[in-house]
Amino acid sequence: MIKRWWVGCLFGMTGIGCMLAAPSAWAADAALNSGDTAWMIVSTALVMMMTPAGLALFYGGMSRYKNLLNTLAMTFVAYCLASVVWVMWGYSLAFGPDKGGIIGGLDFFFFAGITPASLEGTIPTNVFALFQMTFACITVALVLGSIVDRMKFSAWVIFTVLWVTFVYCPIAHWVWGKGWMASMGALDFAGGTVVHINAGVAGLVLALVLGKRIGFGKEAMFPSSIALTALGAALLWFGWFGFNAGSALVADGLAGSAFLVTNTSAAAAALAWMFTEWRINKKPTVLGIASGVVAGLVAITPAAGFVGLGSSILIGIAAGVLGFFSVARLKLKLGYDDSLDAFGVHGMCGTLGALATGLFADPAVNAAGTGLFFGNPMQIVIQLVSILATAVFTAVATLVLIYLTKALTGGLRVEEENERIGLDSAVHGERAFEIE
Amino acid sequence: MMKKVEAIIKPFKLDDVKEALNAIGIQGMTVSEVKGYGRQKGHKEVYRGAEYVVDFIPKIKIEIVVAENLLDQVVAKIREAAYTGKIGDGKIFVTPVEQAVRLRTGETGTDAI
Repeated sequence: MIKRWWVGCLFGMTGIGCMLAAPSAWAADAALNSGDTAWMIVSTALVMMMTPAGLALFYGGMSRYKNLLNTLAMTFVAYCLASVVWVMWGYSLAFGPDKGGIIGGLDFFFFAGITPASLEGTIPTNVFALFQMTFACITVALVLGSIVDRMKFSAWVIFTVLWVTFVYCPIAHWVWGKGWMASMGALDFAGGTVVHINAGVAGLVLALVLGKRIGFGKEAMFPSSIALTALGAALLWFGWFGFNAGSALVADGLAGSAFLVTNTSAAAAALAWMFTEWRINKKPTVLGIASGVVAGLVAITPAAGFVGLGSSILIGIAAGVLGFFSVARLKLKLGYDDSLDAFGVHGMCGTLGALATGLFADPAVNAAGTGLFFGNPMQIVIQLVSILATAVFTAVATLVLIYLTKALTGGLRVEEENERIGLDSAVHGERAFEIE
Repeated sequence: MMKKVEAIIKPFKLDDVKEALNAIGIQGMTVSEVKGYGRQKGHKEVYRGAEYVVDFIPKIKIEIVVAENLLDQVVAKIREAAYTGKIGDGKIFVTPVEQAVRLRTGETGTDAI
């Protein structure tokens, strides 16, 4: 009870919307809470699983058979590279002492000064930093959904390091590291802007620069295994409980509330996507149901610690319908080759979620956030500014990094012959299955 | 005189056809998994808005060489066993065969089949 009281007071006093922005201000007088620490260690492990297991299978199953392993490899190395970048300088850039609201200082380079006794709120700083690391890892891995089947592996390796450093870290700082978006009062509980809009827009830019896959729109490009994709979606869903409920950073009722709305939104979105597709294309596909799950999880992410149960159903339904039309209509109309729909699902539904947070944030759920429907019309303006700023910064910075990568690796795209043969064989010298 | 009967049938009808032919004393056949299309055409698959027409449908091809006097009976039995009445049931082709040799014994002609 006491803890809830002072957590509430803290938000009341600072008026800072984001829970993650607050902790270090009062770290000095807080004590370690073993319940919170245990939950955050578990949450970190849950979110970790989302990248090399959940996303790898979700994306791998959707890519063509000849590129299945390449997709897994890109996901795995994204996780590994971002892990190393994060402990070297990434954490410091995102959560180091604020420099003008834009970026963190390098004071925590290679975890300098962080000991097992250091605390962030009621949990050890190293646990907090690791939890945040898993977010950096999945965000950059999400980008590759737009560009599988055609990007050079070396270019992906370089791009990952640059992108985490120069795009992810600044945006994470703005929202969660006491940067300007947090000061402005933008609400992003678990990463609508930082993770999903960021990755979706970066993916779209990368897909536009890389160009379409050979045969796009002419040849049949069958997913290698919808079964793997469905399993990947289930693992993402499971891990997302750590992602969203863990973003409370404590094991309390707010974490439970985030858990509840996360599951509800995912289920509602899966059903909404399924029924929309069933009606329009006459078949309720498994790929559609799995995609709907992810769309609902994405949309509830920024809202998870701010909205109530009723809102989560509405957000889920909207995400399922929007996701379907993004990938089945918008993409065809605009003609870009967002191979596995990183933009269509993460960019679009992330934007939906960030806006919905500004509408549905209920002070009865979390005193830190009040949306339009609860009497705070300015919140939607703040959300719009945060969405636009994230999208514009990501688009421009990603474009610069793409050309830098291109200069360093002598081209972003695999040779035409290798693209036809398939990257599993051409790049890795392996094949995913031996089926006879 | 010998004839070769090639029947393209629906895969799930293979067992019925095999039993029907065994019942009239046909003692061997060669079976392959094949793909193709005729009037049935392909079917459409849609993955996240991308529509692909799958032109080639999996079928089973049975090849049997029979003595000419059994031909009509064999063709009738295959047709009866593989029939569903729906489009895509398949086709039967009959061609003449000049010679047959049983490797183990060296028998030739109808003795070898």
